[in-house]
Amino acid sequence: MYQYQYDSAADLLRIANENHISFADIAAAHEAEREETLASDVFERMRVSLGVMKENIAAGIVSQAPSLGGLIGQNAAPMHTYAQTGKALSGELQSKAIAYALAITEENARMKRVVACPTAGACGVVPGCLISLAELRGCDDNTIISGLLNASAIGILITAGATISGAEGGCQAEVGAASAMAASAMVQMEGGGPEQSVHAAAMALKNVLGLVCDPVAGLVEVPCSKRNAMGVANAAAAADMALAGIQSVIPLDEVITAMKHVGQALPFELKETARGGCAATKTGKAIRRKVRARNERIIEDVE
Amino acid sequence: MHNDYSVFDITGPILIGPSSSHTAGACRLANAARAIFNREIAHADITLFGSFAQTLFGHGTDKAIIGGLMGIRPDDEQLIDAPALAKMKHMTYRFLASDTVQTSANVVRFEMTSSEDEAMSVRGVSTGGGNIIVNQIGTTGLQISLKYNTIVVDHLDKPGAVLGVSKILADDGINIASMNMYRHGKHDRAYMIIETDEDIPPKTLAEIRSLRKMSVIYIPKLY
Repeated sequence: MYQYQYDSAADLLRIANENHISFADIAAAHEAEREETLASDVFERMRVSLGVMKENIAAGIVSQAPSLGGLIGQNAAPMHTYAQTGKALSGELQSKAIAYALAITEENARMKRVVACPTAGACGVVPGCLISLAELRGCDDNTIISGLLNASAIGILITAGATISGAEGGCQAEVGAASAMAASAMVQMEGGGPEQSVHAAAMALKNVLGLVCDPVAGLVEVPCSKRNAMGVANAAAAADMALAGIQSVIPLDEVITAMKHVGQALPFELKETARGGCAATKTGKAIRRKVRARNERIIEDVE
Repeated sequence: MHNDYSVFDITGPILIGPSSSHTAGACRLANAARAIFNREIAHADITLFGSFAQTLFGHGTDKAIIGGLMGIRPDDEQLIDAPALAKMKHMTYRFLASDTVQTSANVVRFEMTSSEDEAMSVRGVSTGGGNIIVNQIGTTGLQISLKYNTIVVDHLDKPGAVLGVSKILADDGINIASMNMYRHGKHDRAYMIIETDEDIPPKTLAEIRSLRKMSVIYIPKLY
């Protein structure tokens, strides 16, 4: 057994409080133990991921190129322009974070190189939140990397205790997990303590229990990209509540178990099969027929 | 029981979008098929099952597979240009869809031919998150992840076959991570699937091949 092994939020809190270290420190120390490397190497490897995230944002906020499926690709640029006017209802931080989340998910749908976080479908939430917060506060990259490590520790708890697969748990397991990860990391970046991070993650995940995975035509485009924007807003709300001193009545470990059970209870149609929700609407079905027709031109014949 | 997840399983992997299962996993399966065939592919018939066939171009599954058959990896942006690269390299391909097998799993079968008319078929499943299982080589059903170095030994089902192979590996200081046996029937053709931590040097492979009636495929772990 490793010195920094954590299998629950309770473990994370115990290790953090005993050693007076952050979740980021624990995540890096544990990774270093299991990979037989140094915490500083883990940090540098995470810096590579941050580089990819920043490239995605830079390209995504200006590109208007359509996605592979052709359903998105024109949303991040106008959202970014709008965020810069300072008039956004959701404020400077959230409107920018939404623009960034759209940018990254649109780049993903254009077949660009991205960092799954925790999945490709939910890859906009955590970097959108953390990078826009760092820009607002003038933080350096090391602060964002610590945030990514904190987020990863929460992601590990959710993966181990429930699932991060839309096919197993619906969107609550993808954007929901990402939102909880981002909420916890933003609290740490703002100087909140470990308990506040855990409350933020718990509140963020609670808020999206039951969220279905209903990709139109089975593509990671609609409603996935805009659900990432919701993940951003939900993370910001949860982080703000935690920083204000509000606590989650239900502890994070129990919320994760609840998410797992809700995922099991969700019908097959609402778990990435493209048979329910948005995918089963009149418009969703019409898009699916177009996608099928285009595929038939790639596939030569049928056995 | 303790979890053994890496922070890079969560914030990561770095991959070409949009889908870890339909893009990265599809590419990795094609990388695996190429590694198992171990020849430049002149032509491939690619049969898609399950949702691979239904979402195809929208997840770039076609490009990921074509690129993967040329050895391009799931995190390489060249994947998007794979059809043009295939044309330059004179690799031809044909996509087929199967409606004879009903499955919700993302399965693909590659029937590959080299310019010398050598042929091999490989089938596998994309199991999510970019992970794969190869479950058929030729007519042989098996289960390999290619997360380890893998040796597939094709031999006759007789006493002592395992001993012969494992002795060679032990003598050469190679640790066996896992070992599985499959056979068509008693005293019929059989397969040993051995996953190892260490690389297998050509000398060791030659020693195994020199055992009576054993043919060996060696697949280094993917990456």
